[in-house]
Amino acid sequence: MQSFRGVDYLLIDSQLDSQEHLVRQTAREFVEGAVIPVIRDAYREGRFPTQLIPELGRLGFLGANLEGYGCAGMSNVEYGLIMQELERGDSGLRSFVSVQGALVMYPIWKYGSDDQKNRWLPALHKGEAVGCFGLTEPDFGSNPAAMRTTAARDGADWVLNGEKTWITNGSSADVSLVWARTDSGIRGFLVEKGTRGYATSDIHGKMSMRASVTSSLSFADCRVPGAALLPGVSGLKGPLSCLSQARYGIGWGVIGAAMDCYETARQYTMLRKQFDDRPIASHQLVQEKLADMITEITKAQLLALHAGRLKDQGKLEPAHISMLKRNNAAIALDIARASRDLLGANGVTDEYPIMRHLCNLETVKTYEGTDHIHALVIGERVTGIAAYR
Amino acid sequence: MMKIVVVIKQVPARDSFLRVDPGGAWIQESDLNYEINEPDAYALEAGLQLKEKSGGEVVVVSTGPARVASTIREALAKGADRAIHIEQEDVAGAGPLATARVIASALETEKPDLILTGLQSDDFGYGQTGVILAELMGLPHATIIMNVEVNGASLRLKRELENGYFQHVEMPLPALLTMQSGSNKLRYATLMGIKKAKTKEVRTIAGVQPEGAGTSIRIERVYMPGSSKQSQIFDGPPREAAAKLVEKLKFEARVL
Ligand SMILES: Cc1cc2nc3c(=O)[nH]c(=O)nc-3n(C[C@H](O)[C@H](O)[C@H](O)COP(=O)(O)OP(=O)(O)OC[C@H]3O[C@@H](n4cnc5c(N)ncnc54)[C@H](O)[C@@H]3O)c2cc1C
Repeated sequence: MQSFRGVDYLLIDSQLDSQEHLVRQTAREFVEGAVIPVIRDAYREGRFPTQLIPELGRLGFLGANLEGYGCAGMSNVEYGLIMQELERGDSGLRSFVSVQGALVMYPIWKYGSDDQKNRWLPALHKGEAVGCFGLTEPDFGSNPAAMRTTAARDGADWVLNGEKTWITNGSSADVSLVWARTDSGIRGFLVEKGTRGYATSDIHGKMSMRASVTSSLSFADCRVPGAALLPGVSGLKGPLSCLSQARYGIGWGVIGAAMDCYETARQYTMLRKQFDDRPIASHQLVQEKLADMITEITKAQLLALHAGRLKDQGKLEPAHISMLKRNNAAIALDIARASRDLLGANGVTDEYPIMRHLCNLETVKTYEGTDHIHALVIGERVTGIAAYR
Repeated sequence: MMKIVVVIKQVPARDSFLRVDPGGAWIQESDLNYEINEPDAYALEAGLQLKEKSGGEVVVVSTGPARVASTIREALAKGADRAIHIEQEDVAGAGPLATARVIASALETEKPDLILTGLQSDDFGYGQTGVILAELMGLPHATIIMNVEVNGASLRLKRELENGYFQHVEMPLPALLTMQSGSNKLRYATLMGIKKAKTKEVRTIAGVQPEGAGTSIRIERVYMPGSSKQSQIFDGPPREAAAKLVEKLKFEARVL
């Protein structure tokens, strides 16, 4: 296999400026040089390649689109291109960077106190500290508004009780942004590793996102100081605004996984011969699959780029992001399946990246708002009728 | 404190899709992606490492049309301090002597301590531009350099010879070195570096050929290598047939 060159059927690259090209190139070279050589084994062994964290920090990928605290203040298109390249490597790697940047750094940056910002943002940016985002609970996934975790005032402190689960980076996190119900609605708390009453345990047996840590967090009379409260936001819009940031990145990221699958399949079908010594790419049904895949990738690229430009103009709305996340995750999954098919038996081994992407994308379809939930967001937008319950 | 000039070239990306231009004397440029010439990337890396060790300045110089700006930007993003872009439309037709001449004249006022170039370019592969540049500037040069150490006013170098042999040489500064690929780990541009690159100085000058410098090389025809299948069967006793086969493989197919 030659090194990854991207997929650009419709000359969409011509819409990127030279800085955007350079940002993508840096992320692409990093993935080619540092991620591809280690990701298969990490996935097999079910561990996150932690050795990459310092370099992710040094290159500026953590919180790349934030301003200040050492962050590079990249545009949202540049940020999206980074997510795309990282997920070309592995969705677990992109998840790490999404959680750190969009779900932990962004809320601290946007809603945090000065002390919280100074304490955490530079360290999270450099990868010296890891963060996680605890919203989902065992009984509340798609419907986080009904969460059971509580935080109660006790003098100057807060006392947390409850359980979070499916939390990316949970057990590796130095700081956990936990959303809990209070007298004044849902609030965010920064809980540090080692706080009494706070424990984590990893979820094992995942057949997806194996190169990513996923944990449960438990809070049993876990006491945190008043300064742990995220002061700037209350209500569900706190976590939802973070999710909008992360979902936007997912809309780009999955294109990377889709491109990798498509490109692997395209090259494979041109070399693999069946029937009369002809490459399987010469058979019409195979070509139709390739044509469908490249068409869907191209549409996804246009959707992502347009959404990115809107975001840079401050015009991108959550209902737009729902379309981006839902469509792109769905087509990426379809493309992974079709690519797997085109590789025949070879498609099921980890000698090729396709099955890994395919398994990962099953998670991506579910997390950060399932396919259904985003359909309901879009449905509500076009009818004015909320159909969640 | 050294002033280091790194001469870089933008070349078609290695796995570009190649089609012969309708004119038949070059490839169709609209198909191409461009990237930094690989040995030049190593020259840049060596320059940046020397600067990090002993301080100073890294200036990159490149000749070519407007598109070359992206490769210059990349070098600045990786840590070069400033750049000189010698604008010239037809680098393909220029040839190494003409190219070295415009670079030499652009460097007249710079007075660098050290000039680094790639050993050769991935597109034409002349392997001469650096060496001619050294002659034009009256500097000593050494080629195929794997490693550079600066010792006060002199250099200690590791050169690659053939067959896995190396040579260690010492030479005085100022000097010009042509660098070999693969001797270092190339750095990635950081996002901060990419941002800073925008504010760094790029001096653009017109690539005027000095008096009397015509192009020395003209490309007659570019074509895809033809492929034809030929089978030959060697009769006779196995020992003789095998000897004949080895000879053909060595001297005709040149694969041994
Ligand atoms: C690997 C991994 C990492 C994760 N990381 C994090 C993290 O870091 N932080 C975090 O907080 N969470 C995380 N999650 C959790 C994720 O966000 C939830 O799994 C997701 O929100 C779905 O919730 P659920 O699993 O409880 O599914 P459910 O909500 O039970 O949904 C199950 C099915 O029912 C459908 N459904 C539910 N309600 C409706 C409805 N009203 N209409 C139509 N269909 C409906 C869903 O679409 C889905 O198909 C992660 C999950 C995974 C797998």
